[in-house]
Amino acid sequence: MLAAIGVGSVQEIFDRQIPAPVRLGRPLQLPDGLPEQDVFEHLRALASRNTSAEDELSFLGAGMYDHYVPALIDMLTERSEFLTPYTPYQPEISQGTLQVMFEYQTAIAELTGLAVSNASVYEGPSAVAAAGYLATLHNGRRRFVVSAGLHPHSIQTLRTNAHGYDAEVVEVPLRDGVTDLDAWSEAIDGDTSAAIFAQPNFYGAVEDAAALSAAAKAAADPVVVAQVDPITLGVLAPPGDCGVDVAVGEGQPLGNRLDFGGPSFGLFAAREEYLRRMPGRIAGETVDVDGRRGFVLTLQTREQHIRREKATSNICTAQALNALAGVVYLAWLGRRGIVELGELLLARTHYAREQLGAFPGVEKLHEQPVVREFALRLDADVAAVRRRCVERGVNPGVDAHALSGREEDRGVLLVAITERRTRADIDRLVEILGAAVASERRETVAV
Amino acid sequence: MSPLEENRSEPGVATRGPLGGAPTSATPPMQRDVARTIFQKGAPGRRAFVCPELDVPAVDVGELLPERFRRAQPPRLPEVSEPEIVRHYVGISKRNFDLDSGFYPLGSCTMKHNPRLHERVAALPGHARLHPLQDPEHAQGALELMWNLQRALSEISGLPHVSLQPSAGSHGELAGVLLTRAFHEDRGETRHKVLTPDTAHGTNPATVTMAGFEVVKLATNADGGIDIEDLRAKADTDVACLMLTNPNTLGLFDPNITEIAEIVHGVGATLYYDGANLNAVMGLSRPGDMGFDIVHFNLHKSFTQPHGGGGPGAGPIAVSDRIAPFLPVPVVVRRESEADGVQTEGARAGAEQAPEFDLDYERPKSIGRLRGFQGNYGCFVRAYAYICSLGGDGLRDASETAVLNANYLLARLKQRGVAELLPLAYGELCMHEFVLSGGPMKRALEIKTLDLAKRLLDFGFHPPTVYFPLLVDEALMVEPTETETKETLDAFADAIAAILEEAAADPEIARSAPYSTPVRRLDEVAAAKRPVIREVMA
Repeated sequence: MLAAIGVGSVQEIFDRQIPAPVRLGRPLQLPDGLPEQDVFEHLRALASRNTSAEDELSFLGAGMYDHYVPALIDMLTERSEFLTPYTPYQPEISQGTLQVMFEYQTAIAELTGLAVSNASVYEGPSAVAAAGYLATLHNGRRRFVVSAGLHPHSIQTLRTNAHGYDAEVVEVPLRDGVTDLDAWSEAIDGDTSAAIFAQPNFYGAVEDAAALSAAAKAAADPVVVAQVDPITLGVLAPPGDCGVDVAVGEGQPLGNRLDFGGPSFGLFAAREEYLRRMPGRIAGETVDVDGRRGFVLTLQTREQHIRREKATSNICTAQALNALAGVVYLAWLGRRGIVELGELLLARTHYAREQLGAFPGVEKLHEQPVVREFALRLDADVAAVRRRCVERGVNPGVDAHALSGREEDRGVLLVAITERRTRADIDRLVEILGAAVASERRETVAV
Repeated sequence: MSPLEENRSEPGVATRGPLGGAPTSATPPMQRDVARTIFQKGAPGRRAFVCPELDVPAVDVGELLPERFRRAQPPRLPEVSEPEIVRHYVGISKRNFDLDSGFYPLGSCTMKHNPRLHERVAALPGHARLHPLQDPEHAQGALELMWNLQRALSEISGLPHVSLQPSAGSHGELAGVLLTRAFHEDRGETRHKVLTPDTAHGTNPATVTMAGFEVVKLATNADGGIDIEDLRAKADTDVACLMLTNPNTLGLFDPNITEIAEIVHGVGATLYYDGANLNAVMGLSRPGDMGFDIVHFNLHKSFTQPHGGGGPGAGPIAVSDRIAPFLPVPVVVRRESEADGVQTEGARAGAEQAPEFDLDYERPKSIGRLRGFQGNYGCFVRAYAYICSLGGDGLRDASETAVLNANYLLARLKQRGVAELLPLAYGELCMHEFVLSGGPMKRALEIKTLDLAKRLLDFGFHPPTVYFPLLVDEALMVEPTETETKETLDAFADAIAAILEEAAADPEIARSAPYSTPVRRLDEVAAAKRPVIREVMA
């Protein structure tokens, strides 16, 4: 090979191209390479130092949830044909990926009740930021009004992005666990580019999405954005039916693993009028020269590789394989399954909230309807209570204050109930959390 | 459909390639069944999912969720059985070409082999079912893995501080430009412009706009590098940053990199390294030593995260000391001991003994968060397994072999006599990829780069990246990677030569290619004109 190139050594290829002062000239200071089985053991040992949802009874949620992932998803996502190709730039040999994107878009549009969906973005909170950016492109305004019920990570991500293009983020407080409608209307003015809320919100409460949308439109007609949880959309009214313009959300509950936070996917759907400003890939239907049905990446003139600085987003590689898991999961659940699952979650979550809320020192944070997660206020130090529970093999949920840093979240515990948590599991949580709260209160009194 | 195409008899019949890789369209392959989506299959009542039993007291749904909040009609999701789902998706998977099936020399995308070990370790429940809000003391394995990966990326890039958070390369770019903004603001400066060469990836200028800066383009000199005079003319104190890929998208290492860094730093701007082409220089040259302040890595390129048909990826960033205070939160930290001063919120919140590895949120100058949680951890597991497998020497070997393979393929194409029709756009040697111009081919044979690419499909190869970079006429960007054999490279060169010979005799064959694929050329104009982007349901 060297002779064909006309060089004496591989080194010469580098020497002729990289100036000496910027050559490394020493080995990288990294451990030596290992045989496959040793790497496996090392990674296995690291995995064993984590307490996963397999190792404890976990009620953690607040953005990602331990739903069951059916086996056929592993099988399909591990197929070489889906796992190893690049983005479908050559449609003639990428019909599999392109058709999956088309089916995914169909499922998300259907689920959200909105006309158009892209083929996914990175994940939930950055999808919120992407929706904000779309709104500024749409109306040129530079202010976002967000409900305090939006996930703190979403608000923080929006702030990070908005700072770049000099937009302001204004928070509207909650009242009785949901967005304060009066404050919401008051905050939305002629400079407001987007009005953003979560459904259900960070504290598990179901918002009156239709009222929030209508109030926003009446106030100053911003782009109304809802961060939705797709797995609740079998029972909750679709955002498109509630006057929402853009629905975004974290796709992880749909057939994706927890993976310590990623990769998952972000869903992004909108009314038709926003189609040409959407970020990300979109697959479209067409025909080939023989008239056969086929799919292509379409509306690429929105995208960075064509439009460069005038693109509607810089997004390129996103989450195709995770979106595949999402659409396979939705097909697996099916038309009736998604409703049945939603109703099961409603029933078990209601049961857990009622049981826990009856304990001394534990009260419901709000009385709003909840679907799969709810918030409790503990009359005890949440961190200490959580430690007591974890010692007994039950992770009772997320310390809202530790996540949000908000003073008003002190004492608030978020409890998530997936279909993997049975009544027996919930009863165990009730017993252990109840005992932990009682012990902490006794200690506090004693002090 | 053009009249020409309409009238053509099946040309594939007469055009078996010399490699035997071009089946004809006279006998359509099985996967040419008419595309039907999952929404067009199944029947009412059919299902795969069996709902767990209702084991808590039944309560009327109306009591739990008032009707005005409820969905009136179930979403029209498919009604299909599990075997139908499996057949459907396995069936359409076969309409994909993939890296495990053949050569994928897609320039700038680094389509190297994806070891299956990585899938196995990422699927271990201790990684895969770890909740992102698990307390750090119960996620020590994950945080140690992230810490180790950060240290490795730091050593590879020559920059001391790493954040793994960005979700992909473009997200890393956004992080980098926002870090630049924060860096200047912290010094009380407002700058408006970011320089990008005309050869830059499209993500660079798109990122600049999203981060609220104005793009200023830099010209390329006759050697394919940055035009230094143009840089000098445009580098002023209103420039926040220069974004550069090195080796650049022409596959060339810019020999003036030290001077470029001096000019950029001289006006107080930062230098950003687009790490898409890092696979050329691992263990050989480091962005930090070249003078870069910020680097992003594409874990789905150099570090073998499988591309998944368009993700997931991950785009960690490494930065210099002066940029470190602004890194996104949280940052993974390691405590040597209780006494060494790293105090985090978690530590104060009262754990008796703070864990060795932790997440630090107390970074007052941080740009904030770029996404939820800690990043695409599943990709970190795979990239880390790769680095453990190769070690420092192995990474250098990978880059050396990638560059050797690219130069060999370039030389082999010359030997096969195609250089006149497909000349190298710039330079003589290349790094890990090279860019040919299809201009002479187009003039001599009347076939375009697109036609050559489509005809390659019939030969069983994924085509190179085409029509990028923009400044090369009819560009073909070829990146073979280190995991391909000499035999594969030879076969690819033979295929290119055969297509050119064939086109010299009858250009129409390439112009109407491909013939052997599940579908043939698709009408992209019609797709964009009247977009149909979801299944029409009854």
